[in-house]
Amino acid sequence: MATADELRELMRTEGAAVAENTQGFNTGRYDSVADLGDYEELKQAARSIKEDAIEELPDLLDQLTETVEANRGTVYIADDAADANDYIRDVVDERAADRVVKSKSMTSEEIEVNEALEADGVDVVETDLGEWVLQVADEAPSHIVAPAIHKSRESIAELFNERFEPDEPLETAEELTRFARKKLGEQIIDAEVGITGANFVTADTGTMALVTSEGNARKTVAATDTHVAVAGVEKVIPTVGDLHPFIELIGRSGTGQDITSYVSLLTPPVDTPVVDFTDDETPLSEFDSDRDFHLVLIDNGRLEMRDDEQLRETLYCIRCSACSNSCANFQSVGGHAFGGETYSGGIATGWEAGIEGLDVAEEFNDLCTGCTRCVNACPVGIDIPWINTVVRDRINRDKDAPGEWLVDGLTPDEEDDGAPLQKRFFGNFETVAKLGSATAPVSNWLADTTVAQQAMALILGIDPRRDLPTFERETLVDWAAARDSQVTNPERRAVLYPDLYTNHVQVERGKAAVKVLESLGVDVVVPPVPSSGRAPLSQGMVATATDHAERVTEALEPHIADGRDVVVIEPSDHAMFTREYERLLDESSFTDIAENSYEVFEYVFGLLDNGGSVESLSTVTGAEIAYHSHCQQRTLGLEAHTVAVLEECGYDVVTSDVECCGMAGSFGYKSDYYELSMDVGDRLRTQLEDDGVQDRPVVASGTSCLEQIDALLERQPRHPIELLAT
Amino acid sequence: MKSKRASFEDALEALGVTVSSTAESDLEAAVTEAVTEPAVGIALDKTAGDEAFSLTGTPVTVDPTPVALREATTGVTGAELGIGDYGSLVLSMTEEASELLSLFVERHVAILHEEDIQPDMDAAVAELDERFNETGGSAIIATGPSATADMGALVKGAHGPKEVHVIIVEEGA
Repeated sequence: MATADELRELMRTEGAAVAENTQGFNTGRYDSVADLGDYEELKQAARSIKEDAIEELPDLLDQLTETVEANRGTVYIADDAADANDYIRDVVDERAADRVVKSKSMTSEEIEVNEALEADGVDVVETDLGEWVLQVADEAPSHIVAPAIHKSRESIAELFNERFEPDEPLETAEELTRFARKKLGEQIIDAEVGITGANFVTADTGTMALVTSEGNARKTVAATDTHVAVAGVEKVIPTVGDLHPFIELIGRSGTGQDITSYVSLLTPPVDTPVVDFTDDETPLSEFDSDRDFHLVLIDNGRLEMRDDEQLRETLYCIRCSACSNSCANFQSVGGHAFGGETYSGGIATGWEAGIEGLDVAEEFNDLCTGCTRCVNACPVGIDIPWINTVVRDRINRDKDAPGEWLVDGLTPDEEDDGAPLQKRFFGNFETVAKLGSATAPVSNWLADTTVAQQAMALILGIDPRRDLPTFERETLVDWAAARDSQVTNPERRAVLYPDLYTNHVQVERGKAAVKVLESLGVDVVVPPVPSSGRAPLSQGMVATATDHAERVTEALEPHIADGRDVVVIEPSDHAMFTREYERLLDESSFTDIAENSYEVFEYVFGLLDNGGSVESLSTVTGAEIAYHSHCQQRTLGLEAHTVAVLEECGYDVVTSDVECCGMAGSFGYKSDYYELSMDVGDRLRTQLEDDGVQDRPVVASGTSCLEQIDALLERQPRHPIELLAT
Repeated sequence: MKSKRASFEDALEALGVTVSSTAESDLEAAVTEAVTEPAVGIALDKTAGDEAFSLTGTPVTVDPTPVALREATTGVTGAELGIGDYGSLVLSMTEEASELLSLFVERHVAILHEEDIQPDMDAAVAELDERFNETGGSAIIATGPSATADMGALVKGAHGPKEVHVIIVEEGA
């Protein structure tokens, strides 16, 4: 695991370049997909092609092998990296090649083919400019698509000037590119073997698709007579026609371009003649096109991933990097912290767990906070946070059980004994909250003492710079129980879900929600219901989360059967009910709760839309307000409802558009991640302190967002429902 | 609803690709105007399957030597298809080295029959699907000039051409 010091160092050295570039990619992605009328249909088509292809993988591999051999190429399916490298070394040796040119390929990074060939004395040259910069600097890629994203123009110029000592020092991007083009151009035409990756390979014709912008993959293939394409076995899709949705989606999802400059559809060996670039007599067409083609498909754990119900989805990944770019933590630390031996970003946990093992995945798995911003960004709809959760659970279980003396009694589910102490503390926060409320204000006073803070820092890794939640003595459930419903002849009837924080800490927002719903003619009850299981799920304690899900369903089921809607204030809990519970519950229990649950503003929006009178709420005339939505709420498409209701109540609303506030539940409390959390938060702070925003009161939907904004700003934020209560 | 040609030309403009159009009979003049010398190219009857697409009478050296290719500024080839919504060109890979002529130059001039403009990517891929399945083959979907952002800012002309010009040969003109 990256330590706080390592993260701090990466934020200092690489953070600015990574943040600027990933945010640029995101802006491009939002603009570019907005131009696609059928974006969701294309995503669905892409996913369905990958689902089927992985299902049919063994047959497709057989078909592909036949096709490529009929085209006079060779297919080699390598068990692992060593097997693949041995094969490639033989090809290079047989060709007696002194130089191999390579176009960018993550799969070849995975097998470390450069090192294998260099050990044989072969000169291996990376031709993608970003990869070449890293080769010159002797560094590893920090991003799946833009490997040198962490390097600024200045640092590249410094590197080139030192290494190559050009006559005139290089400075601008244009000068650096011209220099690299010239230098690499000479090396490409001088090489015997070209190695490329393959983004897709079609089983029907043996056609491979290579997605690039620079043209180096084209040159790598055209200028050499021996082409080795290296790809994971999962890259096979059935037909050329199936390429369509991917061609539309891959560039948009990755760098935000509608399409990259070149999509090469090669059915090797290609007809382009192999020429001697020093020949000044023979016309191009008189050279022959004797070419060798080797397709090296790599298993390296993938076929086992295919049999693994949870990791299988990873194989649908088309390596577009949208999950990295959309990840707030990645934007701050980049792939050198948020990645394993090869792959980086959200989906990297799945890849590294599958091809390298849990120990490698563990190094960065905790950097996924489960905010789900990557879920909608993924063009093949992979539930990346779920894969991260599953891997976290497996890592927990893989560990020796820690000392149990402190959190004994906080772990109701013996199955999760394996989780480390800190994870068990946060995962069982419900028990902490119950104790906290029951003993408030003593608990708050105690938690505030230096001794307690030091103990928590030492034993649980809670950062003393974070303010802890202040528990209320009277919970929302107690308040509601002591109060009669204010509604006669109700329009609708609802259960307000007393989530952990609303019930114990943010009781005021709960009271406001009850009052708002009552003003709109809703009969509201607030029964005791267990916490959703979000907390243990975030810690990878899936069994405990499942136990919560079952108990929540049990508690809510009679109310739903009685015709009550479930209204949820906390977006992360609403997301549990409508998203994650699908993984934890049987289908009918999930459908029952998911279909009857509403985020509170979604519900108010519906009430107003169905004839409810805004006059019964607290309204204003043009009052300015700043609103920060919650990550999971945005993923579910629910930000708009809050904005619409606030506007209907007379507010002039500006919204934040950073990916995340950086707190993401327990993450921001942990000493290891406190500074990263604040670094991410800094981008939100900047927006909230912008001209025209700086004087606006701030409202936010999520508990952790409220805590983070409270730490970031002088202005204390509130939940927007508190504005509406009369 | 824009015509596929109008949409194609708009997309090319957004990519920074220049366009000219000509009647088949005036193609030589259009090519002469579009190239920056020294220019090399491929006899277009080989790529576009049209005898009338001759480059005699232009300053283009047809079927050059490799050294002439490396010294050339412009490469002239045909394009199989245009793709309306993206402004992409589908370039074939022939035994006459069309791939080298469109790639190892600073300026690529692509000649395209107006009737070969497809409305969108879906239609273009469907056509390639059919062709690849019937006769095999390879193609490049080229969209705008070669580019990179790896050096800290967007630069056109990374490994491939820095400029692209499309000559549309009009139907029945």
